[in-house]
Amino acid sequence: MTAAAMCAHRITIITGHYGTGKTEFAVNLALALARERPRVMLADLDIVNPYFRSRERRDLLESAGIRLISSSQACSDADVPALPAELLAILEDRSITGILDIGGDPVGARVLARFLPKIQAEDYQLLYILNANRPEVRTPEAAVRYLRGIEQTTGLTCTGLVNNTHLCGETTLREIRKGAALAAAVRDVTGIPVICHMAEQRFTDSLSDLPETVFPITIQMKKPWE
Amino acid sequence: MEKELWKGNEAIAEAAIRAGCNCFFGYPITPQSEVPEYMSVHLPEAGGVFVQSESEVAAINMVYGAAGAGMRAMTSSSSPGISLKQEGISYLAGAELPCVIVNCMRGGPGLGTIQPSQGDYFQATRGGGNGDYRTVVLAPSNVQETVDFVQQAFDIADQYRNPVIVVCDGLIGQMMEPIEWHPVPKRNLPPKDWAACGRRDRDHHNVINSLYMDPEECDRHNLHLEEKYAQIQANETRWEAVHCDDAEIVITAYGTPARIALTALETLRAEGIKVGLFRPITLWPFPEKALHELAGAAHVRAFLDVEMSSSGQMLDDVRLAVEGQKPVHYLGHAGGVMPTVEEMVESVKRLEKEVK
Repeated sequence: MTAAAMCAHRITIITGHYGTGKTEFAVNLALALARERPRVMLADLDIVNPYFRSRERRDLLESAGIRLISSSQACSDADVPALPAELLAILEDRSITGILDIGGDPVGARVLARFLPKIQAEDYQLLYILNANRPEVRTPEAAVRYLRGIEQTTGLTCTGLVNNTHLCGETTLREIRKGAALAAAVRDVTGIPVICHMAEQRFTDSLSDLPETVFPITIQMKKPWE
Repeated sequence: MEKELWKGNEAIAEAAIRAGCNCFFGYPITPQSEVPEYMSVHLPEAGGVFVQSESEVAAINMVYGAAGAGMRAMTSSSSPGISLKQEGISYLAGAELPCVIVNCMRGGPGLGTIQPSQGDYFQATRGGGNGDYRTVVLAPSNVQETVDFVQQAFDIADQYRNPVIVVCDGLIGQMMEPIEWHPVPKRNLPPKDWAACGRRDRDHHNVINSLYMDPEECDRHNLHLEEKYAQIQANETRWEAVHCDDAEIVITAYGTPARIALTALETLRAEGIKVGLFRPITLWPFPEKALHELAGAAHVRAFLDVEMSSSGQMLDDVRLAVEGQKPVHYLGHAGGVMPTVEEMVESVKRLEKEVK
């Protein structure tokens, strides 16, 4: 699997209902891309969640050569929805491969609206993370409702679905396949293709029958006892 | 039962709705804002009332009104917001009104930080309001327990006509965990025949009040409360002991540090070090007797209290219970920094060498 299979575009914008695993995907995608391309940048634009942010993995990302953009260090734990000015580097410098990690729900996606004209001028994809174990987005109808809400708020069109169905440490193949079924149902309703299924490396060999790419990940957003 | 992935704060709100909470009053503050946010959408759908009050002070007084009318009322906040509610909690305890208060603790003092902390132990167990009163304090250490305890809290509150506080640190509120909605046993509760919800065909008015003009009467009221608190101590004290049967070093911790301690225990036990965990589940009533007995056991050499607090708050209760039988040491951080597994392992190893 190459990261290029999931990232044919210069900018990848990651959205979804909160708690679906956007940041886990963003961090893993950045690490995978950095192995294949120079100048990868990840922007933490989550204005909703105060904890479990990609900036908590700054050292890991920087040691992999990824530049992390987040609110200034001085107010990194202030719960104010301030956006870093450096974000413009991703939008304006076309030699950069950029990942934008957006906060949950249409509320979190609102940060994008301000940059709409700039994003539309670039080669981008907007990915929507699905997690069939999140009660508010477990049905295709509910998942599509949130997806449309995010599109409406941002003014952007969703171009790909990512299945990240898990139960933290209790994840089984069954969970991932349950999510694959949800992703297929959302694809059938919306016509938006399934880009990949996220799976910890221990599961990837058993998922080769899935028609779409299986993205092998290592859990990075750990809890303090893990 | 099928497991689902829930964020702690959403799960708190959903658990309350499932427990029959029909009135919620709150004001946003990080890291608990998902509780009122979830309630604002889902409580009205369930037939209940959600009000975003103008302040935390207003919210707790709305709880007083709703509870006084016999409703299952709740509020939630985080540390500085809970500070603002203290006067109301004292009045609720004085007027013997059942309600549930969730504190998703963050660093302090003052505005502190939005990161997780346990600096409100004194506030919760001693009471930040005036007068001789007690509140039941439940301390879950994962999202499943939080869901279960919030539901139980409503029953405990109704059974004793007393405020019940559920304290979780910000991490529990913010993290995602798999949970299942198993049935939580319901208690056989007394009717709310004291509620001020209209005289109807009663021969008297019900009055909700915490003011006593006659000192003798106020004294009798306080004695009555004391008797009730003694009953709660006898019936509701809860704790968990893990690997304490042969432990030489016992970690005392609640909430997230207890969770971290479980991983430290695995590491230490694998190296042959006899370590256990004593976890108070009710912070008030504190499991004083159980800890006192454990401290008296010949195999126990020392205690290590671990909290997300700079110099320790539960530490006082641990020392009161241990009563000098064994040394009590402390490991802690404040301001949103969590103790790590490695720190706990190192501290226990150092302590083990000291006592050998």
